[in-house]
Amino acid sequence: MQYLVDGLLIGCVYGLAAMGMTLIWGVMDVINLAHGIMITLGSFGVYLLATSLGMNPYLALIIAGAVGLLAGMGIYKIAIQKVLDTSHLSTLLATFSVNMILLGLATQAFSTNPRSLDIDLGSITIGSVTVQVTRLLAALVSVLIAAGLTLFLKRTTPGKYIRAITDNRAAAELVGIPSQRMLAFSFGLGTLLAVMAGGLIATFFPFTVLSGDAYQLKSFVIVVLGGLGNPIGALLGGLVLGVLEGILPAFMSTSWVPVIEFVLFVVILLFKPTGLFGVKK
Amino acid sequence: MSLRRAPGFWLLLAVTLAIGLLPIVTGNPMVRETLYTIYLAIALAGSLNIILGYTGYISFGHVVFFGLGGYVGLYLISSFNTSIWLAILAGGVAAGLLAFLLGSAILRLRGAYFALATIGINEAMRAFVNNFPPFGGPTGISLHFSVYQPYGGATQALWLDYGILVALTLASILLSYLVKSSKFGLGLMAIREDEDAAEVMGIHTTQSKTWAYVLSAIIPGMLGVLYYFKNSSIEPSDAFNLASSIELLVMVMLGGSGTVLGPVIGAAGYEILRGYLLLSRLFRDIQLTVSGLLLLLVVLFIPQGAVGWLTRRYPRLRQVII
Repeated sequence: MQYLVDGLLIGCVYGLAAMGMTLIWGVMDVINLAHGIMITLGSFGVYLLATSLGMNPYLALIIAGAVGLLAGMGIYKIAIQKVLDTSHLSTLLATFSVNMILLGLATQAFSTNPRSLDIDLGSITIGSVTVQVTRLLAALVSVLIAAGLTLFLKRTTPGKYIRAITDNRAAAELVGIPSQRMLAFSFGLGTLLAVMAGGLIATFFPFTVLSGDAYQLKSFVIVVLGGLGNPIGALLGGLVLGVLEGILPAFMSTSWVPVIEFVLFVVILLFKPTGLFGVKK
Repeated sequence: MSLRRAPGFWLLLAVTLAIGLLPIVTGNPMVRETLYTIYLAIALAGSLNIILGYTGYISFGHVVFFGLGGYVGLYLISSFNTSIWLAILAGGVAAGLLAFLLGSAILRLRGAYFALATIGINEAMRAFVNNFPPFGGPTGISLHFSVYQPYGGATQALWLDYGILVALTLASILLSYLVKSSKFGLGLMAIREDEDAAEVMGIHTTQSKTWAYVLSAIIPGMLGVLYYFKNSSIEPSDAFNLASSIELLVMVMLGGSGTVLGPVIGAAGYEILRGYLLLSRLFRDIQLTVSGLLLLLVVLFIPQGAVGWLTRRYPRLRQVII
């Protein structure tokens, strides 16, 4: 039970990171290999704001997210716009080169030593289950952001533009939707989600410059579980992965968990590429 | 395959052989070590090019064959004391077999889905080997010093290892050329351009893709044995490192995918550049950033790679460059 609850809470944060990846994938058909470094930078952003400026980590999260949005739009303009309609290889390598550049700079600035934010907000015990408040808050924030994103996509005009571009970019352009601006904005949003997920992870797990890579791989698995391009599916996929990671160690040694995860990943790609919750397309 | 029909290919083969023989003739181990990295990269990039450049399938986890070959080879050498020759053969067979099994399953996926699946397989393999006792689990396999005795000691074994590497590099260039100039290769390139049309035209796409995948896996499997035999130990995080797969993609891309010469130039250029960056005091610390910037510039401005750019600029070169 304890593992199940912890798994669910952490799964929400995994899901948040994966939402960013799946959003970018859905809108512009790009697998963002710079996702992991953005998660890392989110962790470091919140860490630095909280430790050196003494800022409240949750306030720092919002600032980091805003910077992430702008950075994402910048990355799109510089590295992606030009190769967007060429081949998958070009976009994969373009985002990977962004990853290399930022990872090199981050390693230079922060070294590869592990860091951790010591936030202790106590814990709540209900029955036999003890929940750390930091994890509970992280899960809540994730769900709130996910809900906000869904509302934004469903209700607002820019959200509708983004969905129109996802469905059919050429048609969206014909009816006068400013597609380049919206694509840049979507990439910014995806980056924002990665940065915020990274910031939330920093509130309860230790992290290093390289830890984003592991979360990026988890995001791949989740995105495929939830169906490529499906933000709500990503959140559900995150929950599934979190629960798996929580429960599987009860039946087998922890080191087998990634084997199961990645085999599951390949099997789903093969037999149900629309994901567990994917209906359309 | 006559000299007149493909002068560029024979020139490439001759130059590769001549430079490869240089350290053997002079007996200089420093030069040998530098060339070892470069030739290893050339052979690996050339193999990847068969599935990536000719067939148009982006394999993000190609290092899985290199790692598996290394594991199979080192396992045979350490547990059964087999000779390096048999181990190399077994490494190649194991990699080819894995590619055949995987290929039949995942080559149905197209575009980015295939790329994602290869990432998943690489990670699954790494996690699996981590838990596989015969391969030493997380600590991997270490060779005892005595395995080098039959080859006249460790120093001699390194020379032998290098000699085989040069031979395999030549073999990979030859294979790349043979595939490209064959009917089979034409079929692969048709698949790259339009898979559905290729199928309609009578190409057995599934079969062709699977064989292309197998061909692109065998030499990396053999090279894995060579490399880790020289290294004398192997561990999962090193053998199945996703970043090395991506480096191979970068090399093929730099040189120009879909050509015989491209991966050779790309791999040599990348390794020489990296060696230089690692040695220069200015760039050593930001080596990764500089490489990333260069890659971005290439992707944005010369996406067809060095060879593609040259042949577009000087069309007459097309008669020579393959």
